[in-house]
Amino acid sequence: MRADALAGGFIDPPIDASRAFRGIMTAMARPGTISTVTGALPPTPLGVAAGVAVLTLCDPDTPIFLGSSHDTQDVRDWITFQTGAPFVSPAQAVFAIGMWGDLPLDEFSLGTSEYPDRSATLIIELPELRNTGLTLKGPGILGAAKLSLPDAQTLHRNHGLYPRGLDFLFTCADRLAALPRTTRIG
Amino acid sequence: MYVAVKGGERAIDNAHAWLAEERRGDISVPELSVDQIREQMTLAVNRVMAEGSLYDPELAALAIKQSRGDLIEAIFLIRAYRTTLPRFGGSHPVDTAAMDCDRRVSATFKDAPGGQVLGPTFDYTHRLLDFQLAADGQVGEVQKTEPNTGETPHIMGFLDREGLIQTEPEGAEAPDDLTRSPLELPASRALRLQALTRGDEGFLLSMAYSTQRGYARNHAFVAELRIGTVAVEMDIPELGFTIDIGEITLTECETVNQFMGSKTEPPQFTRGYGLVFGMTERKAISMALVDRALRWKELGEDNLGAPAQDEEFVLYHADNIQATGFLEHIKLPHYVDFQSELELVRKLRRNVQAAGQDESKGPSGGSFSGKMKEGVGS
Amino acid sequence: MTDYNFAYLDEQTKRMIRRAILKGLAIPGYQVPFASREMPMPYGWGTGGVQVSAAVLTPEDRFKVIDQGADDTTNAVSIRRFFEKTAGVAVTEATAEASVIQTRHRIPELPLREDQILVYQVPIPEPLRFLEPSEVETRKMHSLEEYGLMHVKLYEDISQHGTIATAYAYPVKVEGRYVMDPSPIPKFDNPKLEMAGVQLFGAGREQRIYAVPPYTQVVSLDFDDYPFAPTKADHACDLCGATDSYLDELIMDDAGGRMFMCSDTDYCGTRRVAGHVGAQAAALAEDAA
Repeated sequence: MRADALAGGFIDPPIDASRAFRGIMTAMARPGTISTVTGALPPTPLGVAAGVAVLTLCDPDTPIFLGSSHDTQDVRDWITFQTGAPFVSPAQAVFAIGMWGDLPLDEFSLGTSEYPDRSATLIIELPELRNTGLTLKGPGILGAAKLSLPDAQTLHRNHGLYPRGLDFLFTCADRLAALPRTTRIG
Repeated sequence: MYVAVKGGERAIDNAHAWLAEERRGDISVPELSVDQIREQMTLAVNRVMAEGSLYDPELAALAIKQSRGDLIEAIFLIRAYRTTLPRFGGSHPVDTAAMDCDRRVSATFKDAPGGQVLGPTFDYTHRLLDFQLAADGQVGEVQKTEPNTGETPHIMGFLDREGLIQTEPEGAEAPDDLTRSPLELPASRALRLQALTRGDEGFLLSMAYSTQRGYARNHAFVAELRIGTVAVEMDIPELGFTIDIGEITLTECETVNQFMGSKTEPPQFTRGYGLVFGMTERKAISMALVDRALRWKELGEDNLGAPAQDEEFVLYHADNIQATGFLEHIKLPHYVDFQSELELVRKLRRNVQAAGQDESKGPSGGSFSGKMKEGVGS
Repeated sequence: MTDYNFAYLDEQTKRMIRRAILKGLAIPGYQVPFASREMPMPYGWGTGGVQVSAAVLTPEDRFKVIDQGADDTTNAVSIRRFFEKTAGVAVTEATAEASVIQTRHRIPELPLREDQILVYQVPIPEPLRFLEPSEVETRKMHSLEEYGLMHVKLYEDISQHGTIATAYAYPVKVEGRYVMDPSPIPKFDNPKLEMAGVQLFGAGREQRIYAVPPYTQVVSLDFDDYPFAPTKADHACDLCGATDSYLDELIMDDAGGRMFMCSDTDYCGTRRVAGHVGAQAAALAEDAA
């Protein structure tokens, strides 16, 4: 393990995590809202916001799957040292991290009809994240919102599984938005 | 004039000060030390450790002092403290066959290797108040046998060799931890046993008693009851070997239960199991009986509808900290809800009076469609 | 404050609660199981709400706690003190100034804004529990969207009493899917469940967390010809004259004389400062002098 793995974590974990969680929660409660988060300096290609999400939400209880773009030794070492989360195949993953193209969306847990909360949360790094593009409607949204998301069809299909389904955190540099399964893609 | 009861900070502070004074009692009487409680109220200390799920006689004694001897309150103090402790890892399963036994009795065999050791028991005391104790607590010379060190084989092992007792599956994986993940039903036996060992002694006693009186009777004999100390060992990954981190006192009870066989199992003996911190034999025996009653499904027995067979009923109601909290919370203010009930009852009475004046209209007016909005009725 | 981690709970526990909150927001009205911890106050005193607040609070927050609508009831005082001590957060009694509000049994009268979070203390999270005591069964009913029992119960109310005999903890359906217990708020508060703020519900003893995101559809169950009606005492507040607020009823003397006043103490106080006067305000002012 390289010494880099020891750096780039929260400086004051309880405080940094509390602020980061507010950003993530706001994003999940209000799809289309873009939060700026700080406190993590992860190794590339992991962005700041994705790193913050990992530090805030992951620990030994949350197995992680890394998409091919993010499956580097540096990233593994950093996540292992900072969180203790084990790495697993998609079907066992509670969280997954990668680019849109390199996560096998069909293989993640969608939850069960009795426990729909037992579905994976995907942290997806996007080249850009802006309030343009697809139209979002549903819980958390007054009227409609816009977000620069890929692949309306896949997201629409995910919504159709409700109450089962995947939930997404989309990140770009230090910014983060979320798409829960409730959101309708228009 | 009357002012609504609004507690406020001062009321709380005053209540706490008064409580402290009441706890101390008459200051002309010497104060109890934590050491005295730990050494002389040991069975109370043991109960607090068992139901508080924390093996620490010193803290249990402090909790008993702080709670004025209210053991459920003391258990609560220990539980609340326990959740703040960092978790270093899990120990190896303790080896009760290697227990240094202070007490070891079997009701099923007159004698067995390891012998019958009565130990410090109330069993054959005559329950006569000892007024000598009120005067002074001097104890006479005690002829004490040394605890049985080395292996004391389990009585069940002898039955096992004959193939007369149901075999238990060997489990290698670490069981879930009741305090770290939400209880999900149906629960594994490991989770059930965790819930029972920290469950309320009184609740388990009554549940076990109900099985004896015929509510899912399971014909239990105490094959063995043993009390003594065992070593707790744990792997330290950084060191690469196992270390002994201490010694704890446990009570273990194994019952052997008559079983005539079922659709799936041949006639044989079955078991119930109890393992509790400290000298807590009433609790351990109760636990074994309730454990056995809860095993009806795996043994292919009939569900007799008895309370002790109902896993959800037993597990959801065994915890005295949950129970006492919810029970006592009804003394907190509920006047908002009560007000809404007041309005409702007044309205219902008005409806009834109006209906009485006009007999032709029933309370429902006879025009109710029963059609729910939003398709809720399915 | 150095004796405790920020907001009392250890970080691993907070992460577990935070993950449950996110799943709750993603499945509005669905009860997410979580490994509730023993807190230093008893179950029934708001341990679920306290754990949710502990997982949500940041040092910048301004925290308000109400019980029965009031900031100065003993348990509200006790919980507010707990977070002042363990999280060092600023506190307030003014609804408008609070960023996180923990509540027992009421929704504030002042509509909440987008930047506000309302945390409910929940005793029994399962709306079907009093109709079906088994958790195994009620979980199945939710998964199959089988809410016939609730329908029958409300139907019987109407055929027996001519009205739905539920005055508080009145069940709602969230976003057309899950039937949810809004905690024991009076049904007067039900219409406010569709709001701009984030609503989080914590049930400690029962180990459940659930959520209603902003602008989520929350419908109180009713029938076409017996529509839901929020009710309150048919009076104005005797202190501030408000006719739109939920009222507490006080017994004033041995003859059973009554007085009505706002349950939301901040709402009432703010109105009185603004010059609104109720029917008995003058008499009370004289009394106090």
